[in-house]
Amino acid sequence: MSAPLSLVWLQSGGCGGCTLSLLGADAPDLLATLAAANVDVLWHPSLSEASGAEARTLLADIAGGRRKVDIVCLEGSVINGPAGSGRFHMAAGTGEPMRDLVAAICARAGVVIAVGSCAAFGGITAGGDNHVEATGLSYDGTAPGGLLGPDFRGQGGLPVVNIAGCPIHPGWFTDTLLQYAAGALTREDLDEWERPLAYTAHLVHHGCARNEFYEFKASAETPGDMGCMMENLGCKGTQARADCNIRAWNGSGSCLDGNYACINCTAPGFEEPGHAFAVTPKVGGIPIGLPTDMPKAWFVALASLSKAATPKRLRENATRATPSVLPHDKRRDGK
Amino acid sequence: MSRLIVGPFNRVEGDLEVQLDVSGDAVVGARVVSPLYRGFEAMLVGKPAGDALVYAPRICGICSVSQSVAAAGALQGASGVVAPVNGHLAVNLVHAVENIADHLTHFYLFFMPDFARAVYAGEGWYAATVERFTALKGSASADFLPARTGFMALMGILAGKWPHTLAIQPGGSTRAVSRAEIARMGGMLQGFRRFLERVTFADTLENVAALASRDALLAWAEPRATTGDFARFVMLSQGLGLNQLGRTHIRHMSFGAYHDSDGHLFARGTFADGAPGPLPLNRIAEDVAHAWYQGAPAHPAAGQTRPDVSADGYSWCKAPRLDGQVAEVGALSRQLVAGHALALDCARGGANVEARVAARMLEVALVVSEMERWLAAIDPAAPFITHPIDPADGAGAGLTEAARGSLGHWLQADQGRIANYQIIAPTTWNFSPRDAAGVPGPLEQALQGAPIRTGETEPVAVQHIVRSFDPCMVCTVH
Repeated sequence: MSAPLSLVWLQSGGCGGCTLSLLGADAPDLLATLAAANVDVLWHPSLSEASGAEARTLLADIAGGRRKVDIVCLEGSVINGPAGSGRFHMAAGTGEPMRDLVAAICARAGVVIAVGSCAAFGGITAGGDNHVEATGLSYDGTAPGGLLGPDFRGQGGLPVVNIAGCPIHPGWFTDTLLQYAAGALTREDLDEWERPLAYTAHLVHHGCARNEFYEFKASAETPGDMGCMMENLGCKGTQARADCNIRAWNGSGSCLDGNYACINCTAPGFEEPGHAFAVTPKVGGIPIGLPTDMPKAWFVALASLSKAATPKRLRENATRATPSVLPHDKRRDGK
Repeated sequence: MSRLIVGPFNRVEGDLEVQLDVSGDAVVGARVVSPLYRGFEAMLVGKPAGDALVYAPRICGICSVSQSVAAAGALQGASGVVAPVNGHLAVNLVHAVENIADHLTHFYLFFMPDFARAVYAGEGWYAATVERFTALKGSASADFLPARTGFMALMGILAGKWPHTLAIQPGGSTRAVSRAEIARMGGMLQGFRRFLERVTFADTLENVAALASRDALLAWAEPRATTGDFARFVMLSQGLGLNQLGRTHIRHMSFGAYHDSDGHLFARGTFADGAPGPLPLNRIAEDVAHAWYQGAPAHPAAGQTRPDVSADGYSWCKAPRLDGQVAEVGALSRQLVAGHALALDCARGGANVEARVAARMLEVALVVSEMERWLAAIDPAAPFITHPIDPADGAGAGLTEAARGSLGHWLQADQGRIANYQIIAPTTWNFSPRDAAGVPGPLEQALQGAPIRTGETEPVAVQHIVRSFDPCMVCTVH
């Protein structure tokens, strides 16, 4: 067996939710994934024994090039404030801005993985007026840049791999790790924001259990209704890039299955949508956030046609929490 | 006297530094440094009020549902909407899944690995503890993670996903469940009960919940010391004297846990000097004398968050005080306020490392049984949500109990937008810095007198004391 791939995981301006989500990985679970990928976790802030001086020495050795690291993961955004000083996150025990430690360690990495939308783009931590000056590793929102700059490449030649999401689905990380460990993760496997196509080749819309309501524009009106949430409740599933309704969350779920809207959390800038998250902005009664690659006039024409053809079953059920009309096979009625 | 700086202090949620003043073989003073500031309170100002439900859970990936419950509570207070019975039951179930998973994540992944450290190589239990609890590699991780994943499948049904659900609303839950789903969740809960009774306790949940004194706990643990993980802890705690470690003699507080229209499963109140007391919510204030902020002490309903790196302080954590005094929060505090006999006896000489851990495991037994009753009480034909009325103008406070203690959100809305938002999280109480009077926070007090072994730079006693609070640093400062 070849030498294991060493992995270091760092956290900065985030909530830790991507790690907590990852602990729920299933088939394969996290420990099986690490074994299958032949990954040796040198340090993870939530999971490793080493604390204090032992951890500081390890991280300093990696930053100084005295100890090899193959995979560097950052969870949480890079914190630059106030006024560029980085003092809003000083790495515990060091008296130095965490940002500088992250940069030094990334410079030694075979590959750098941004875990979650914060590390990729700034994410929620960059919300509001972003007075903490949060950015991602190679983006500041949608602008190329961030801590490492747009031209950064890991020693293996890949740009920062952005496993965006708030939080990540555990499978997005375990798939990426297994693919990288197999030598099968290339630039062609990443999308235009360097997110793994393994999950961003899909729209959240794909596999949504409300698709029939969408087809007939039978819309939900209040939270908890069964109908499509695009027209009124802010749902961005037709634009959002992720396989959330194909790859179930926590066994069987998704945001849509929980009866609340997709907020497009894998996209840069999702944290500032410019409108209330749970309300669809409209111009002249027509939602402004239509599917991005469909001519608007066609969408409006088809929507008015399909609305006129909406079956009673969907029209009745769309504004209810549980169905009042069920599918029914008329042959059973002897007619 | 010399100073030790311990950091990064890992296996807590988020980043932490602890500065210790050491004299001879003991800690004589401690300063707890919360080194990360993210600015959620400022971020929320000006947002549509309902957007708090998107931002607030993202304060924390381990107490995400608690943050949602507090935000929904604050919006509920401002709007006056009342949740139906099913809404309470569904939200309590979601909240319980998070809290119980957190208690066990703390026990298996954060707390117990410290007993596999080489410093304990001379102990009779060392080899078995290394095999069982070594970080990431011990057999307990391999047993616990799949059980946790199976338990969290309840989230897939009730909350869509975890963390960061939007199912929890001021008027209840968006997710109605069917009779078939209730039956399926009953099976999931049974699977989790089997894990707890086979692996964690080696006994029934009911027998654990009925333990009524520390002597009873020790007698219970002895025959299970090689078969149950909690008993393994109790026996090594007895050997190491963890009931003498990390002592505090301060007031305990609970905002009340698992709320329904009749009140709380675990009562709201305080506990001091062996007796329960009232909780004067209007007497909460945050002091910033030793934190990097500008401002004077204020009740959170009128509080401000104005960061200032030039301020004379040592932490981004404010110092919340109840009636001017330090308060400790957490599972032990909750069970002391609720009056559970085991908690009362274990903390008779003051809160301590063993009592804090035992109270968490006691809650696992108590709450999982309660979850079975909540699930059975859901009426799938009745509503789960009262349609929310967005607060146009008004104030609200959302008070709840996260796994690690009391969590409060204080909201002021003006014409549908957030005018002010203040958060005090459990670890803000427990890991607070000194206040204007120089009084140290609960952890700072608990660390005084901690023993230091010869040559230790990362004193293992300090590791146990700090982690016994199950700190969540990302919540602490937010």
